[in-house]
Amino acid sequence: MKCRVCRGPAVIDVRRHNANFCKEHFLRLCRDQTAKTIKQFSMLSEGERILVAVSGGKDSLAIWDILIELGYEVDGFYLGLGIGDYSDTSAEYAQRFAKERGLTLHTKDLLRDHGFDVPNGSRAAKRAPCSACGLSKRHCFDEAARLGAYDALVTGHNLDDEAAVLMGNVLHWQTEYLGRQLPVLAAQHGFPRKVKPLVRLTERDTAAYCLLRGIDYLVDECPMAAGNKHLSYKAALNDIERDSPGAKHAFYFRFLDQAADRFATAQPEDGAEVVAPVSPCTNCGAPCSNEVCAFCSLTMRATEAVPIEMGATRRRKVSP
Amino acid sequence: MIVILRNPTREVEVDSPVEVGVLLHRLGLNRESHLVIEDGELVPGDKMLAGSTRVEIRSVISGGSGGKLV
Repeated sequence: MKCRVCRGPAVIDVRRHNANFCKEHFLRLCRDQTAKTIKQFSMLSEGERILVAVSGGKDSLAIWDILIELGYEVDGFYLGLGIGDYSDTSAEYAQRFAKERGLTLHTKDLLRDHGFDVPNGSRAAKRAPCSACGLSKRHCFDEAARLGAYDALVTGHNLDDEAAVLMGNVLHWQTEYLGRQLPVLAAQHGFPRKVKPLVRLTERDTAAYCLLRGIDYLVDECPMAAGNKHLSYKAALNDIERDSPGAKHAFYFRFLDQAADRFATAQPEDGAEVVAPVSPCTNCGAPCSNEVCAFCSLTMRATEAVPIEMGATRRRKVSP
Repeated sequence: MIVILRNPTREVEVDSPVEVGVLLHRLGLNRESHLVIEDGELVPGDKMLAGSTRVEIRSVISGGSGGKLV
């Protein structure tokens, strides 16, 4: 295989581009595709304060590295989820990446700062672990961006993530989610702008990027994600992609081009923007539409003591 | 040739020499969701693996909450 650009020996084939690339030109492809996405969707501007959500995995470390390479000033934020060795190891990867490059990494820990971890908290609150994890991450990332006065919050969501979520939303016709499944969400109601600059790159691309850049990332998968529907959607889409290269890109980007605005929130005739009632959470001050935000509600249920029933002991009748 | 697979980590023995694309096909693995690494270096689908090197097949799929509204 020869590199499409220089005709030197290729290290990777990218079938949706019908091309092979050497190390140098594959890395350039990843940076160019990211820069193109940032520009196309007006994600970031020069001089802005940017925070990237870092997990220690390939996607978040790749986007942090790419943004630095593109000249942005970006700090990281890591949230400890308390998922045993998995979380301990992921923290080490995130911290090592930041330390080796002299970057600022803010950290928070669910157990230390909020009194619960994902495995025990989700059980106590009777929520699926991935649901409790996602809610905790959204809240803590938003909070870190808000309190740190960052202009934008960057996440490492890639093309596989977005195509899989789109598939799930379409299968269940979750129109309220389809209307918000965009690569950039504007800052509003006290929430920071949220951007996903990796949506043109696949998971295979970000893993290869890390490998070729010498970025050590956590390869092991989260032990709590086994059986997750999201993973089965990804597998189904990759089966389609194998037989029809470019299918994932077409599925997601044609949705953005031709369908996403059909699911946007309806606007009143006078042109005024529909604004959900938002007031500060009475517990933490985060913007929310109820008296207490969903995360504080989760925290309360996850940390409340299990009541012990103290009723009189009944004597069991024994059959003769 | 011993090949190391990840997630979960395990080893399988396969006949060599073998081309990367053929190896993935034999193991029933989708090339869209795996990378093949020989002695720490990423290798393309037409690379012939001799059998004397350390070969790792790395799944690149990660999952979880999916980040609906992040």
